[in-house]
Amino acid sequence: MEHQPPPFFNRGPAPLVRLAFFVSIATLLMVLDARFRYAESVRQVVALAAYPIQRVAMAPVDLLHAVANYFSSTAALQNENAELKLKQLRAAPELLQLEALREENKQLRRLLDAEERLPAKSVFAEILYAGRDPFSRKVVIDKGSQSGIQAGQPVIDDIGVIGQVTRVYPLMGEVTLLSDKDQAIPLQVQRNGLRAVAYGGAEGGMLDLRFMAANADIRNGDTLVTSGIDGTYPPGLPVATVARIERDAAYAFAKITLAPTAGTDRYRQVLVLSTEAKAPPPVEAEQPVKKSSRTKRARKRE
Amino acid sequence: MELQQQAQRILLPAKASFIVLTIALALLFNLLPWRSMAGVPDLTAAVLAFWCIHQPRRVGIGIAWTLGLLLDVGNDALIGQHALSYSVLAFLALAVHRRILWFPLWQQALHLLLLLLSTQLLTLAIRIAAGASFPGWTYFAGSFISAALWPVLSFLLLLPQRQAEMKDENRPI
Repeated sequence: MEHQPPPFFNRGPAPLVRLAFFVSIATLLMVLDARFRYAESVRQVVALAAYPIQRVAMAPVDLLHAVANYFSSTAALQNENAELKLKQLRAAPELLQLEALREENKQLRRLLDAEERLPAKSVFAEILYAGRDPFSRKVVIDKGSQSGIQAGQPVIDDIGVIGQVTRVYPLMGEVTLLSDKDQAIPLQVQRNGLRAVAYGGAEGGMLDLRFMAANADIRNGDTLVTSGIDGTYPPGLPVATVARIERDAAYAFAKITLAPTAGTDRYRQVLVLSTEAKAPPPVEAEQPVKKSSRTKRARKRE
Repeated sequence: MELQQQAQRILLPAKASFIVLTIALALLFNLLPWRSMAGVPDLTAAVLAFWCIHQPRRVGIGIAWTLGLLLDVGNDALIGQHALSYSVLAFLALAVHRRILWFPLWQQALHLLLLLLSTQLLTLAIRIAAGASFPGWTYFAGSFISAALWPVLSFLLLLPQRQAEMKDENRPI
């Protein structure tokens, strides 16, 4: 007869066996997430479970904001109001001209038979919190797929580009900032139209402008705007200014550091732009054949 | 002699509801919107290690893994990263749980510091293998703060177990 321990001594599998089991599942999930991006469904399900806790964790901060709002003095509000009015007044002539210019641009583009630039639609969102993961630079906004936000959309604030929506939950969206190590953005020097690509990951939240020849025409203080050739970011949005240039004759490329214009530390309000994908129209395989047969016929007739 | 008495003090059994409550509060603390502040202690890891040491039959590697998965999603980290490091933390805490309670509190804190640092090192190794860059030495500050908080944490989390059901000056409970 086999000896069985009494049930109150039974503690299940040994700790080392349990550890091996859970570590192997975690490793599998990590490989799926990092290498193949298959773990998104797991993430969505766990996100539903984590959402209430996250909302509750947000409550003290919301309360702080509410209290700060309550105690912000009338004088400060009046000052801010006056400042905003002045700002609007300054922007007014440019806005009025913009309408005329937009019409003119549309007409000229029609004359040139170029594709019309569509005005980008935007969704207003608020930054909920900055991610706690010290290895990446991300923020979470309060709009998600239920507000029509999709992964890949650019996010701006009132002075420039902040980053790109990289992951969407039903009620929240995750924005990867430009200074994240894995983020890249195609740019153009506003002064002379020189194109380049900036990468995040430089120290202190700066961007790197890589693969620019050592003799490229770029100066300290140059403004860089989005070039729009990627089809993701609309062209002409300010992104960064050149902060430091190191030209070393030993290297083929200059080491250029950019300071981003927009900062997520200042305001909580952002705009999520929705850009229509302007991929070239799909080429139908049958059309050229028909055309060629027609031309053959035409030739025969001739 | 005092050490002996401290270790042999008879405690009431821990309530499951209290364990769940403290772990939920620690999770809330971890998910507070810290604006990528350096040196925020990982309270969930500390509370988890505490319960693994004090209630090893109730809190173990499975719970640690589940908590880690919740934090992975809550922090938008790599899925499985916290799950893995918390499982290892729980295993290490279970491995030392018979020994660690014989030490005075500050030496327990040193033990905990080693446990937390090793889990952080594991996380760092995973993320660097996945292509991230080193976030700077302040990354490890959280562990030191957690370890410094260990005496306070032990006092607070043992408080309900120290309350006698019927007050009596002559009883050791």
